[in-house]
Amino acid sequence: MSVPTRSRRSLPSSPLAWVAATMLASLVLLALAGPLVWGAAADRPDPSAVLQGPSAAHPFGTDNLGRDLLARVLTAARPSLLLALSATLLGAAGGVVLGASTAVVGPRTRRWLATLINLLLAFPALLVALFLAVVLGAGAGGALFALAVASVPGFARLAQTLAAGVSGTDYLAAARVLGLRRHRLLRRHVLPNIAEPLLLSTTMAAGTALVALAGLSFLGLGVQPPAYDWGQLLNQGLDRVYAQPLPALAPGLAILYAALTFQLLGEVLAGSAARRAHAPQSPPTAPLPATLPAPLPVPDGPAGDDHVLQDHVLQVEDLTIELPTPAGVIRPVRGVSLSLRAGEIVGLVGESGSGKSLTALALAGLLPEHARVGRRTHRLLGADLTAMTRKERHHHLATGLAVIFQNPASALNPSLRIATQLTEAIRTHRGASRTEAAAQAEAALRRVALPPSLLRSRPHQLSGGQRQRVMIASGLMVRPALIIADEPTTALDVTVQRQITELLSDVRRDTSAAVLFISHDVALVAGLCERVLVMYAGTVVESLPADRLATATRHPYTRALVESVPDLTADRDRPLRTVEGGPPDPLAPAAGCPFQPRCPHRRHRCAEDVPALTDLDPGHRVACWYPLPAPAKATAS
Amino acid sequence: MTGVSDVSVSLLPRHPWTAFCVRRSARLVLSLGVVLTASFAMIRLVPGDPVRAALGVDAPPALVAARRHQLGLDQPFLAQYRHYLGGLLHGDMGASLITGTPVAELVRTRLPATLDIALPAFLVTLAVALPCGLVAAVHTRDGRRPRAELAFTAVTAGLASVPDFVLAAGLSALLAVGLELLPVAGTAGAESFVLPVLALSLAPTAVLARVVRVEALKVLAEDYMRTARGKRLSPARRYLRHAAPNMATAALTVAGSLLPAMIAGTVLVEKVFAWPGIGSAMAQSVVAQDYPVVQAMVLILGTTVLLAGLLVDGLLALLDPRSAIREM
Amino acid sequence: MTALTLCQVTVRYDGPHGPVTAVDGVSLDIPAGTTVGLVGESGSGKSSLARAVVGLTPLSGGRIILDGREVGGRTVRARRHLGRRVQVVFQDPDTALDPRMTVRQTLEEAATAFRRLDRRARSERVAGLLDLVGLDPRLADRLPRQLSGGQRQRVAITRALAVEPDVLIADEITSALDVSVQASVLNTIRRLQRQLGLSMLFIGHNLPAVCYVSDVVAVMHRGRIVETAPTTALLRDPQHPYTRALLTSVPILNAPPPGEPAAPALPALPALPALPDEKLS
Ligand SMILES: Nc1ncnc2c1ncn2[C@@H]1O[C@H](COP(=O)(O)OP(=O)(O)OP(=O)(O)O)[C@@H](O)[C@H]1O
Ligand code: SF4
Ligand SMILES: [Mg+2]
Repeated sequence: MSVPTRSRRSLPSSPLAWVAATMLASLVLLALAGPLVWGAAADRPDPSAVLQGPSAAHPFGTDNLGRDLLARVLTAARPSLLLALSATLLGAAGGVVLGASTAVVGPRTRRWLATLINLLLAFPALLVALFLAVVLGAGAGGALFALAVASVPGFARLAQTLAAGVSGTDYLAAARVLGLRRHRLLRRHVLPNIAEPLLLSTTMAAGTALVALAGLSFLGLGVQPPAYDWGQLLNQGLDRVYAQPLPALAPGLAILYAALTFQLLGEVLAGSAARRAHAPQSPPTAPLPATLPAPLPVPDGPAGDDHVLQDHVLQVEDLTIELPTPAGVIRPVRGVSLSLRAGEIVGLVGESGSGKSLTALALAGLLPEHARVGRRTHRLLGADLTAMTRKERHHHLATGLAVIFQNPASALNPSLRIATQLTEAIRTHRGASRTEAAAQAEAALRRVALPPSLLRSRPHQLSGGQRQRVMIASGLMVRPALIIADEPTTALDVTVQRQITELLSDVRRDTSAAVLFISHDVALVAGLCERVLVMYAGTVVESLPADRLATATRHPYTRALVESVPDLTADRDRPLRTVEGGPPDPLAPAAGCPFQPRCPHRRHRCAEDVPALTDLDPGHRVACWYPLPAPAKATAS
Repeated sequence: MTGVSDVSVSLLPRHPWTAFCVRRSARLVLSLGVVLTASFAMIRLVPGDPVRAALGVDAPPALVAARRHQLGLDQPFLAQYRHYLGGLLHGDMGASLITGTPVAELVRTRLPATLDIALPAFLVTLAVALPCGLVAAVHTRDGRRPRAELAFTAVTAGLASVPDFVLAAGLSALLAVGLELLPVAGTAGAESFVLPVLALSLAPTAVLARVVRVEALKVLAEDYMRTARGKRLSPARRYLRHAAPNMATAALTVAGSLLPAMIAGTVLVEKVFAWPGIGSAMAQSVVAQDYPVVQAMVLILGTTVLLAGLLVDGLLALLDPRSAIREM
Repeated sequence: MTALTLCQVTVRYDGPHGPVTAVDGVSLDIPAGTTVGLVGESGSGKSSLARAVVGLTPLSGGRIILDGREVGGRTVRARRHLGRRVQVVFQDPDTALDPRMTVRQTLEEAATAFRRLDRRARSERVAGLLDLVGLDPRLADRLPRQLSGGQRQRVAITRALAVEPDVLIADEITSALDVSVQASVLNTIRRLQRQLGLSMLFIGHNLPAVCYVSDVVAVMHRGRIVETAPTTALLRDPQHPYTRALLTSVPILNAPPPGEPAAPALPALPALPALPDEKLS
C-alpha cells in the first residue's frame, strides 16, 4: 500500500500542483538568469527617457534616471528571493531548535522556554522586524537579520506544538527509558518526525518573509540604493501611482506573484501530506489479483423472508454498503440480514473493522452522505422505509428508533445544556411545548436514575457513566420501539459497564423496546442478549442463541473468537487460542469464504464459493461449508 | 500552554478564575515591561549618534548638545531609564528631534485615526470570514464538491498572499485614480475609509475563512453532530445551534492572532493612503530618523497589540471558560 | 529475593484546582521471576505509577528499590542506570514505534543502548529477538505502518527485551487490541515468563487478561492499592469490597443465560461507592 502512495507523491496530482510547480520553476529561473540577462539594461541610465510610461521599448516604462523598469523588476528577483529565503531559513533554524528542544528538556526548562515563546509571540513579526531594522540601521543585512529574528517565535511555537505531539508518544517515552541522551532523542526521534509539517510552514513563511522584506524596503529600511529589490522599486514608484499606475505597480505585481507561488506551494505540500496521512495504514496482505468485486451473493434465507413479519420491529435484508475511499471503493458490509422482535435484545459481535458500526448507522439512516446503501427490505415497525419520501423517512426514523453511541464523551454536544439536548428531538418531531418537553425530560432522567437537577448542567460536568445515562435518556425521550446501542459501554469502566447494561435491560423490560446491542466483547453479549449475530469482514457468519455461544458454536471463526477470550477460570498453562493472519483487505476481497485464508478447516470449495447463512438447528444459522460438529452436550439438550 | 507564573503554581489562588486573571495580568505586566524597555533601549542602541543622524552632519554642535540633553542622553543609563518611565507616567514622551513638537501631542491626534481603520477592518474580517468559512465547510464536507473545494482553496490562497501595501497601492490606482470612485487619500468622509479598511482586511479575511472552514469540518465530523443528525434536526439548527458554538473558540483564537498583525499592517497601509495615523507617523519618522517619535510609536503600537491580545483572551475565557483557563 | 520494591510511592500533578494525587503511597513487591498484575479502572493511577517507576514522571514521595539499592533521580545517568534494569511497554500500538524507523533500526537502537555490538552481532541479535517473540524475521525491514497492531505491540515488547532487563513493566499492552490479537500477545508474555524467568509488573483494566498472566494480583482504586493477593486466592476469596465489585462486574462467557440465578460462587454486587469522573490515567 505504500507503493502507490509514493508514486503519487512524486507526480503533481492536481491542477493546483501543476500551477504551483510551474510558478516555482519560473521564479527559480528568474533568480538564476535575471541579473545575467537583464542586469546591464537595468542599470543603464537614459537621460532622454526619464519617467516614461509604458512603451514598446520599455513595456513597464522607465524610472527617474531613465532605466528600464521591466529589466529592473526582473533583475530584482534574485536579491528579493535570496533575502527572503535566507531570512526564513535563519529564522526557521533558530525557531526549530528553540521549539523542538522543549520535547527533550526537563519540565522546568520546558516551562521557561514555553513562557519565553509565548511572550515573544505576543508581538507581531512585522513590528519586531521594524524595531530591529531601526536599531540595526537601514540596510539589507540589518533587514535580513531583523526578519530572521522576528520569525523565530512563530517557528518556535510551531516546532513546540509539533514536538509536544512527539513527546507524548510512547516511542519517545520508550527511547527515554532506554537512556538515550538528549541530542540523540532530538536528532533521531523528534526532528525526523516533525520535519514534514515544518518544511510546509517554512514554504509558507518564505512568502511572508518576502512580503515583509519588501515592506521594510518599502519603508526605506531594507535594501539601500544603488542596490534595489522589489520593495524598494515599489517605494520609488509610489509617487507616480496616480499618474502612471503600471510603472508604479509592476514591482508590486512581482511581489504578489512570488507570494502567491509560495502560498500555493505550501498548499500543495499540505494537501499531499494530508493524503498520505489518510492513506490506509494496514499491514500489506498477501498479494492478491485486483479482482473486481464479485456480484454480491444474496443469502438464501428461509422461505417467507420477503413478506412482512408482523411482530417485527425491524427487518432488514441483504444490506450492503459501499464507501468510496482515496484508495478505491470498499464494501465493508455485504449482504447482512437481521430482524428484531418487540422486546427482544440481540447482540451483534465482531472484531474491529468487521462492519458493526456501519451496519448500525445504515439501520438508523445515519451513514455519511457519500456512502451507497443497497438493501432488499428495510422495515421499521412494519413500514417500508425504502418506499418513503425523504421527509417521511426522517420522521419515521426520528420517532421509531434511538441510537446510543460508543463514546458518551463526544456524543453529547459540549456547548449545550443537557435540557436542550434532551428536549430538542420531541420539540421538533412531536411538537411538544417547552414545559411538556421539560417535564418529560425530568421523567426520562429519573428513569435512568439521574437527578432532574442535571438538566441545567453541561456534559463536561458529568462523569462518563452519567453521560451515557443521559444519552440513554435522550434516546428514551422519543419512546422508540428500537434502541440501537453501538458499543455503549466500551469507553466505560467495567463496574459502570455493568450498571449501564442493567439499565438497558430494565428499559427493555419496562418499555418493551427491542435492543440491538453491538459489542466486540463476546462475554458481555453472551450474558446480556437472547440471540447473537457474529460478524466477520462485513458478513454475518453465525447467528445463534446466546447461551450456545460458550460451548456450541459451529463456525470456525466464532469458535476461535470465543476460545481466545481469557476468563477468570482459564487454565494458565494452556495457551489461548489465536487466529493467525489478519482480516481480509477491504480493497481486494478474495472470492469464496471471507475467513478462508485463516481457517484451519478450509477445503477446496471454500476458496471458490461463498457459503450462505443456512439453518443448522432451529435458531442457529451458520455461513460455512463445513460447520464444526456440535459438542455432545449441546446436541443432548 | 503556560503562563508566566506556572513556575510558582503553588502561590496561585485555588479558584480557577482568579488564577486565570492573576496569570493573565502577570503576563501582561511582563510583556509591557518588555515593550517599555525595548522602546527605551532603542534610541540607545541605534548605531552612531541618533541626534546627529536626525539633524544632519552640518547641524550646529550647540543644537546637538541641547537635543542630547533634552533626551537625557548625557545622563547615566539607569537615571535615563527612571527619567523615561517617570516621563511616561506624566504623559511625557519626549519631543520630535526635527520639529520639536511633543510626541504625546502627536499620539493624541494620530492614535484615533489608526484605530478608526484597524477596528473596522477587524470587524469586517470577522463578519465576512466566519459565515464564508462555515458555508464552505458545509458544502465541501466528506469530500463533496471537490471542484468547489479547489476553487475555495485557490481563491483564498490567492487572496491570503496579497500583501496589504501592494493591495493598497493597487486599489488606490484602480479605484481612486483610474475610476475616480473613491477618495485617494486622507480622511474626508465615510468613503475614504473604504480603501484602507479593504486593504487591511482582505488577506486576514481569506486566512480566517480557511481556518474557519477547517475548524468547521472538524466540528462537523464530531460524534455529537451525528447525534444531532440522529435526532433529525433541521440543518439550520444543526449548523447554527450545534456546530457554530463549538468552533467559536478556535475561530476567535486565530482571529485574535490576526489582530496584532493587522495593527502592525497599518504602518504600511497608512503610508500608501497618507492616512494621518500612528503608522504613517512611524513610517515618516523612520525615514527621517526621528527616533523619539519612532520610540513612542513602537511603544504605542506594542501596547495596543498587547491590549488587543488581552481583550481576545478575556473574550475567549468568557465564551469557553474551560479551554481558556486550561490554556493559560 | 526481591527484584523490585516500591515503597510508599506517591505521584502528584498540578491540576487547575490544585495538586491532584494520582498515586497515593503505593507499596508493592515484585519478587524475582514472578509476575505481579495490577488492575484498576481508568483514572486509578496505574499509568502514573508505571511512568514513575521508570523515571518518566517525578516521584512526589516514596522510594523505588532495585535489589536492595534505591534508584531514582532525574539525571540522564540515573535514568540510564535504571533503564538497564527496568524496561517498559506502553498501551498504544499506534505510537509505540517511531514511524520513521524500521523494526531493525528500532531494535538495534535498543540493543546498542547499553553495549557495543558490531554489525554482525547486531543483525544476529535482531533475528534472535524476533524469534524470541515469535515474529517472522522478514518483518525486520518493515516500517511500523506496515505492521498490524498486534505485531507492533510485539515489536515494542522485543525492544524492551533487547536490553535484557531484569524487570519488565507492561502498561495496558493489550487494551487497544482485538481479543484474538490480545490472545497472541498474552501467549507471548506467558512464553517469555517461562523462557527468561522475567519479573514483570503487568498493568491492565481487563481482570481476566491480567489474571491469566499474573502470579499475584494487586487491585488499585483511586491511587491506592486496596488488595494484593496470589491470583487464585484473590479470585476465590476477595477481601476488599471494591475487589468484589470488580469481580462481579466482569462479564463471564460461561455465565448462565439471563433469567437464571447468577453463579453462586460469586457474591452479590455490593453498592458501589460513587465513582469519580474518569480521568485519563
Ligand atoms: N467513513 C468511512 N470511510 C471509509 N471507510 C470506512 C468509513 N467508516 C468505516 N470504514 C471502514 O469500514 C470497515 C467497517 O467499519 P466499522 O466502523 O463498521 O467497523 P466496526 O465493526 O464498528 O469496528 P470497531 O469495533 O472498531 O468499532 C472498516 O474497514 C473501516 O475502516
Ligand atoms: S467455509 Fe470453509 S473456510 Fe470458510 S469458515 Fe467454513 S470451513 Fe472455513
Ligand atoms: Mg464500531
